[in-house]
Amino acid sequence: MISIFLISSMLIIFAIFLSLYRAILGPGVFNRVAAVNVIGTKTIALLVLIGYYTERPEFFDIALLYAMLNFIGTLVFARYLERGELWS
Amino acid sequence: MEIRGRAKMNRGEKTFGILITFGILFLFWILLSGLFDVFHLIAGVICSGIVTLMSHDLMVKGKDEKFIGKSLRLFWYIPWELWQIVLANIDVAYRVLHPKMPIDPLLIEFETPLRSDFSLVTLANSITLTPGTITISVEPEKGTFRVHAIAKEPADALLVDQTMQRKVAEVFFVEWSGTDQPTKP
Amino acid sequence: MVLVNGMVTLFLAGGLFFTLVGSIGLLRFPDFYTRLHATGKCDTLGTSLILIGLIIHHLFHYSGTPLVPVRLLFLVFFIFIANPAATHALMKAAYEVGVKPWKLGDERR
Repeated sequence: MISIFLISSMLIIFAIFLSLYRAILGPGVFNRVAAVNVIGTKTIALLVLIGYYTERPEFFDIALLYAMLNFIGTLVFARYLERGELWS
Repeated sequence: MEIRGRAKMNRGEKTFGILITFGILFLFWILLSGLFDVFHLIAGVICSGIVTLMSHDLMVKGKDEKFIGKSLRLFWYIPWELWQIVLANIDVAYRVLHPKMPIDPLLIEFETPLRSDFSLVTLANSITLTPGTITISVEPEKGTFRVHAIAKEPADALLVDQTMQRKVAEVFFVEWSGTDQPTKP
Repeated sequence: MVLVNGMVTLFLAGGLFFTLVGSIGLLRFPDFYTRLHATGKCDTLGTSLILIGLIIHHLFHYSGTPLVPVRLLFLVFFIFIANPAATHALMKAAYEVGVKPWKLGDERR
C-alpha cells in the first residue's frame, strides 16, 4: 500500500507545475512574482510531508526557515517594484 | 536611508517594552529548542538579551491603556474570523470551478474611525481573509481603506452591512456610528 | 487508531483540494488582481489544513516528543499572518505602478 504522504507529495508537485506555467507565461513581472510566492508556500507543505514520509525531523526546521525567507523575499520584491530602489 | 527617530517614551513604557520583548523571545527559544540544561538556558538568556537591546522599541510602542481587555476581546473575535475564512475559501472555490466563472471586479473606498497601528492591521488582515475582498492601501491619518472586491455581493457586505468593521471596532473599544454610503470610484 | 487515521486523511484531502483550487485559479482568472484573490485565500488555508492534519498525526503516533507540534503550530500562525500581508504588499505595489484592473468585457491580460 503506497503511503498517503507519497500521494499527497505527488499532488502538491502537480500543483507546483501548474503555478510554474503561470510563472513562465504571465505577462509582466507582477504575475511572475505572485507565482513564485505561491510556489514557495507549497514548498513548505511539501517539506513537512517529506519529513514525515522519511521520518527525519530536520525537515521541519528547514520548512520554518524557508517560510520566513519566502515572506521577506516577496516583501522586498514588492518594495523594489513600487519605488524603483530599495533604500534612498 | 530614511529612518524616523525613536519614539519618545518615558521610562515606564520603555521597561514594559523591554520586558515583553525579552519574554516573548525567551519563550520562543525554550519552545523551539527543547533542551533544558543550564548551558542552553544561559545561551538563550544571552541571545534574547542582545536582540532585545537592539530592537525593544519595534514591537511595543508604549503602553496603551486597557491592554488586558483588548487581548481578551481579541481572543473572543478569533473564532468568528476562522468561520469567515472557511466561508471565503468555499466562495473562491465556487467561483474558480464554475464553468462560466462569475466575477465582476470593482474598487471601493471607505473611512473608519480606527487610528492605532494594531487595529488598522487587524482590520486590513480581516478584509483580506474574508470572502471576496482584498485591501489595497491604508492611510493612517483618516483611516481610509481602499479595497478591491471580486463581485457585487461581497462589496455590499462590506459597504452596506458593515458587520466586520463593527466587530473590529468593538474589539478595540472604538465607537462605531456607521458611516453613510461612502463614495465608490 | 482507525479514527485518527481517518481524521488525518480528511484534513489532508481538504488541504490538497484547496491547494489545487488555488493553482487552477492562477491559471483561469483573467487579470492580476483576481489571480491574487484566488491564491491569497486558498493557498493559505490549504497549507494550514495540511499542517494541522500532520500535527494530529504526530500527536497520536509519536507521542514521545511533544515539542515538535509546537513548531508546526508556530508555522501555521506565521503563514496565517504572513501570506495575506505579502498579498497586500504586492497588490499595493501594482496599484501604485499603475496596473489597470479588469472589468467585465475586456480581454484577458
